[in-house]
Amino acid sequence: MADSTVSPPVAVRAERFGVLRRLFGAPLGAIAAIVVMAFALAAIAAPWLAPYDPNAIAPVNRMQGPSGAHWLGTDQLGRDLLSRIIHGTRTALYVAFAGTGGALAVGMAMGMAAGLGGKVLDSVLVLFNDSIKALPLVLFALALVTIYGASMVTLISVIAVSMAPGYFRVVRNQVMVLNNADFIVAAQSMGASRLRLAVTHMLPNLIGPILVLIAMDIPAVIGIESGLSFLGQGIQPPQSSWGNMLAEGYTYVRQAPHIAVAAGLPIVVSTIAFTFLGEALRDALDPRSGGRS
Amino acid sequence: MANYLLRRVILGLAVLVVAMLLLFLLIYAVPGDPATIALGPRASEAQKAFFREQMGLDDPLPVQALTFLWNLMHGDFGTDILSQRPVADLVFAALPKTILLAVVGVLWAAVIGVPLGIWAAMRPNTWTDWVIGIISTSVVALPAFLTAIYALILFAVQLSWFPAIGAGEPGNYGDQAHHLVLPAFAIGVAWVGYIARLVRVAMLETLAQPHVRTYRSFGVSDLRIALRFVLPIAVVPVISVLGVGMGNLLSGAVLVEVVFSRPGLGSMAYDAVISRNFPVLLGSVVVTTALYVVANFIADAAIAYLDPRLAEKG
Repeated sequence: MADSTVSPPVAVRAERFGVLRRLFGAPLGAIAAIVVMAFALAAIAAPWLAPYDPNAIAPVNRMQGPSGAHWLGTDQLGRDLLSRIIHGTRTALYVAFAGTGGALAVGMAMGMAAGLGGKVLDSVLVLFNDSIKALPLVLFALALVTIYGASMVTLISVIAVSMAPGYFRVVRNQVMVLNNADFIVAAQSMGASRLRLAVTHMLPNLIGPILVLIAMDIPAVIGIESGLSFLGQGIQPPQSSWGNMLAEGYTYVRQAPHIAVAAGLPIVVSTIAFTFLGEALRDALDPRSGGRS
Repeated sequence: MANYLLRRVILGLAVLVVAMLLLFLLIYAVPGDPATIALGPRASEAQKAFFREQMGLDDPLPVQALTFLWNLMHGDFGTDILSQRPVADLVFAALPKTILLAVVGVLWAAVIGVPLGIWAAMRPNTWTDWVIGIISTSVVALPAFLTAIYALILFAVQLSWFPAIGAGEPGNYGDQAHHLVLPAFAIGVAWVGYIARLVRVAMLETLAQPHVRTYRSFGVSDLRIALRFVLPIAVVPVISVLGVGMGNLLSGAVLVEVVFSRPGLGSMAYDAVISRNFPVLLGSVVVTTALYVVANFIADAAIAYLDPRLAEKG
């Protein structure tokens, strides 16, 4: 085996497949990836997978515990909880991807500007991002919801702004490191423009750390969405969201605790799966870092 | 060191000012009449006029921004629309209750998490390490309010071991402690995992260093090395994470308070959303932002004390 300190990465393409192999080679990573894919499938195929119409009201069947007909039971209006959870997956993943996607776009733009721009711009952007981080997410979101109204757009915007500093930091630091890398200096000496440097040379090197951050942020976003929806300030009924279901279950927690228990299950499973996926991705992308948080 | 701390203070103040300006812009950049939007369609004309006057909504924007900052700096967060009391009074009355909940939540998490991390680090890549790792990674991303709801269902509703609602009788500390158990448990669970992981990694890094090998060659026991020489270095990342995690912690506390109907900042803000009492909401955002900045400063100072090298690096 070649000494890792001497051998530079030989072939980029081979490395990428190596990442996938390492990801699926780790048992926990493989399980997490499969669970995440199952959630994605549930979100895409919700109307076909759900055994019932998530909004079909059947007062006769209200607040029934789990049974053969209703695997997770029914809620206070007799709606099938499993069907509502499957449709809620759509909402949760939509908000998660739109929220982290927005944060990525905002954070990456700022990070690139800070890393490639001058020192003053860098300091201003760092201060700006530190300030965003200082705002308390849930209270900040509640304040904005009062002004802009509770809707999915408000929710996604708040998440995108609040989570942007994470991407800003990763992109900025990577660009700073890369600025001095030999191959960047070489490209620069051959007259590559700043934009070309950013797009063709820096972006590919940012993909790994960003993927890890996204996988780690998604559970947080799922928590925020369900938390704000639980308070009635996120996703609005009748659209099914895990947080809305939790709020309803909370109201009937004494008569029918199974509603809240069922509504919480997908949150528990999805946050754990995404966290383990993020960990496995990080280890696969950088085998040297063992268990850094 | 003094230089470093001074720089941190200035930076903290700058962060606070920019955060407040950002908040100001997001609130006042809305299309339409801010008074109507903030107070809702049911507010009376008199209330709106009062709000407009109080917020100086008829002044030009930069003047408004400066007035906004000036008032905040003087502890003037406006007036509660419903009770006409100064918002600052309400916020500062609620704040200690939330801080108590957050601190107790993190403390028990540290008491469990730090030894777990040490235990795992002293047996790296064994079953113990693996099990601790899996458990701590699993709980890291659990939203505190969900843990709270599950704890409420199991321990309050089904088993009736703990009360489900409120913070206990005033003056009766035993009762208050009894009411604090479940909410603090809910807040701490995720932190146990987080702290255990951080301590484990920091311990492993420190244990691999040459000075530790020297201690070992002098016959110092593993446990003594871990506790006396390695732990003080290994807690540094925990402290810095506690500073940065302050926002997270408070967000968790806000939701957990609502779950258990505990008085505090979260319940107050939630009621303010429902009654569209905007000044109260704004006040709680401002105070928690300041709290975050202060917590980060304390964390920075503690780290500078524990590891002066970091302070010298800047």
